[in-house]
Amino acid sequence: MPAQEMLSIANLSVAFRTESGLRPVINDVSLALASGEILGLVGESGSGKTLMSLAAMGLLPHNAVVTGGRVTFAGQDLLTASPATLRALRGKRISMIFQDPMASLDPVFTCGDQIIEAIRLHERVSASQARARALELLETVHIADPARCMRAYPHELSGGQCQRVMIAMAVACKPDVIIADEPTTALDVTVQKQVLLLLRSLNREIGAAILLITHDLGVIYEVADRVAVIYKGDLMEQGSTADIFATPQSPYTRALIASMPAMSAPGTRLPVITRDESGELRSQVLPAPVVTATSAERAAPPPQAEPLLRLEKLTKSYRIRDSIFSAPREFRAVNEVSLAIPARTTLGLVGESGCGKSTLSRLVMRLIEPDSGDIMFDGQNLARLDHEEMRAARRDFSLVFQNPYGSLNPRQTVADLVAAPIDIHEAGSNRAATVARLLDAVGLPRTAMTKYPHEFSGGQRQRIVIARALAVRPRLLICDEAVSALDVSVQAQVLNLLQDLQTEFDLTYLFISHDMSVVRHVSDSIAVMQKGRIVEYGPAGEVFDNPQNPYTKTLLSAVPHIGAAAGG
Amino acid sequence: MRMSRRPGVLASAAIVVLVILVALIGPLIAPHNPLLINQNAVNQGSSATYLLGTDEFGRDILSRLLYGIRPTIAVAALSTLIAAIGGTALGIVGAYGRPAIAAFVMRVVDIMLSFPPILLALLAVGFWQSGIASLSVVIGLIFIPHFARVAQSATLQVIRQEYVEAEHAMGARAMRVVGRAILPNILSPLVVQATLTIAAAILLESGLSFLGLGIIPPDPSWGQMIGTARGYLNQNPMYVVWPSLCLALTVLAINILGDALRDHLDPRLRQE
Repeated sequence: MPAQEMLSIANLSVAFRTESGLRPVINDVSLALASGEILGLVGESGSGKTLMSLAAMGLLPHNAVVTGGRVTFAGQDLLTASPATLRALRGKRISMIFQDPMASLDPVFTCGDQIIEAIRLHERVSASQARARALELLETVHIADPARCMRAYPHELSGGQCQRVMIAMAVACKPDVIIADEPTTALDVTVQKQVLLLLRSLNREIGAAILLITHDLGVIYEVADRVAVIYKGDLMEQGSTADIFATPQSPYTRALIASMPAMSAPGTRLPVITRDESGELRSQVLPAPVVTATSAERAAPPPQAEPLLRLEKLTKSYRIRDSIFSAPREFRAVNEVSLAIPARTTLGLVGESGCGKSTLSRLVMRLIEPDSGDIMFDGQNLARLDHEEMRAARRDFSLVFQNPYGSLNPRQTVADLVAAPIDIHEAGSNRAATVARLLDAVGLPRTAMTKYPHEFSGGQRQRIVIARALAVRPRLLICDEAVSALDVSVQAQVLNLLQDLQTEFDLTYLFISHDMSVVRHVSDSIAVMQKGRIVEYGPAGEVFDNPQNPYTKTLLSAVPHIGAAAGG
Repeated sequence: MRMSRRPGVLASAAIVVLVILVALIGPLIAPHNPLLINQNAVNQGSSATYLLGTDEFGRDILSRLLYGIRPTIAVAALSTLIAAIGGTALGIVGAYGRPAIAAFVMRVVDIMLSFPPILLALLAVGFWQSGIASLSVVIGLIFIPHFARVAQSATLQVIRQEYVEAEHAMGARAMRVVGRAILPNILSPLVVQATLTIAAAILLESGLSFLGLGIIPPDPSWGQMIGTARGYLNQNPMYVVWPSLCLALTVLAINILGDALRDHLDPRLRQE
């Protein structure tokens, strides 16, 4: 295919206007997007990748200033184009797919109407013609039952279906360029796989160039032709996908690939990205902090030990109505789940969204009351405790949440946040000293104590959450998607931290995640959950290398893999 | 401190301080007796003797404003306090309490909303004599449902947050969850509601005083002065302007200060 340059970003520099002057966020970045190719733009949060895509749409926020460079599309500089010109281009020749399909679709219009509107904004066609086109588009994106989908409101569709509707809207006017900003991040792995394949085939079919922005190297590896790596506003390198993964040139790219859990043997410490004295980035396996001899000796679990936590036929069902007239029917969110976690080991629980894994984690702590079943914790049946006994028993458990932005009260200082369990269970005794010790343990400076959560990055906040979780020396830590919201390099640090703490604090983990490679890395045994049931349960190695259940096999095959070539 | 760099906030603070100061020492600086009737100087404009003119009985408007500030501010502050504390408590229970209790509380709030304010005021005056205390209680009661609604919807949002679940997961008691997690995070809409309520309370006081249910003439209050001045718009147009101006400036200043206070209370906004 003769490649023709569609969109070119030349020496683009963008800065944010702040009180103390301009703060540069993109420095002199040049990229070119040719027709028919998929260019992957990889970077971690704060790298400026989303800002790049907004610049390409002429949608820069008001406090962003272009300090140099051009963004050229079809002979026009998008940075200086008039709003009318930009409106005519957007949707028609350049279209965009956003990260969260549920939030990007208008909840009060049917999906069909929204596609029709996208068509009629740019083309003079009758409503019935547009309707026919919309139906056709929904068939193109392989949605099940396109006719029903036309009538459906966004909330009636799943996340994957919504993203297909978004894609249908994006390709409605056969654009030359599609900018996809994290299009699969909010989706389950099996759905992600389908959406990526769809993007790939549409790219072949309509010949549009796709700028695929993501933090996920696996996604890039699956679909992109070329890759550009961006770090803190600087373009580190760009090249063909095969080259970048086989022989990454820049130290940052090398370090980023190395910090993926799939790149290291399970249970080992992950390399993290560090800077040496000269300011050079490098990937390094840092040694674990010194652990006291006594706890190191205790670390090996006696194999015949009674499990710390044993779930027996735990069941929770909800009554839901399909419509206001229908009789409520029973929906079993968690269906007769039995599991056992030996002390000082990690049980990984995997499953896709809606499979009941979060409900299960809340059931174990009785934040949700189970319908039936037993929760045996160290010989005590938690399901039989009364309200006050349960409240006191919660000191032995801690929950680490997925979203470090939501699980910290924005109105409290770090000292108050971390000390909360001490205030609750030990009347605040020895508060300051304990908080200082905990901050040391999770690798945060003691000056953090007087600060508020919003002053920290995502990874640092997750450290605060972990420090709080350990405050009264719990025995079981439930990590519900604890690293899912973090960047790969930060994820590596937090996974290392969890590993170190397991040894130091004698912890037992219930590690819940949708990410197979993370679960494989941390777990001793793995349970696979589907529709409220455990469908496969066994030692981590066996489940991964020799899956028995068809669903486990599907899950494993859907994980984007980076080829063996990249292993070095 | 960032607030000092905002002239609007500074001016508002100055006005509020001035109002409070005048409320304290107003009688000392008033040029005339606010109740002294002068039949020879009815509905006059500004003059050397009467700086802001006189009312329908020839009483000095400036002196009446200076005296009237006390009941006005006292009723506004007291009733807002009653409404804020009562309404917030009911709202939090209505969102965070046991479902049966929450539903009951919110129905009670609905019933309170359905009572006409004047009827409540008549009832209250029937039980107690009219005056600052009973007026404050009545106006406070009238605004309780508004606060309860605001507090309830804000609380419903906050208790869905993970940090509230985190408190439960740590084994926190309900009072701690309310004090540490819910109250600080619903403060913003409540502060805004409070500044609006202060203004509305002053206006309601004027209406009730007008009906003889509040500050009883001849004792002055701003709201009551505005109510009376409406009848003399043709004879002395400035009569209605002065108390209205005082009221408008005070309410505006309180609103601006309320906004600044809300920003200041939020650690996320404080840094920027």
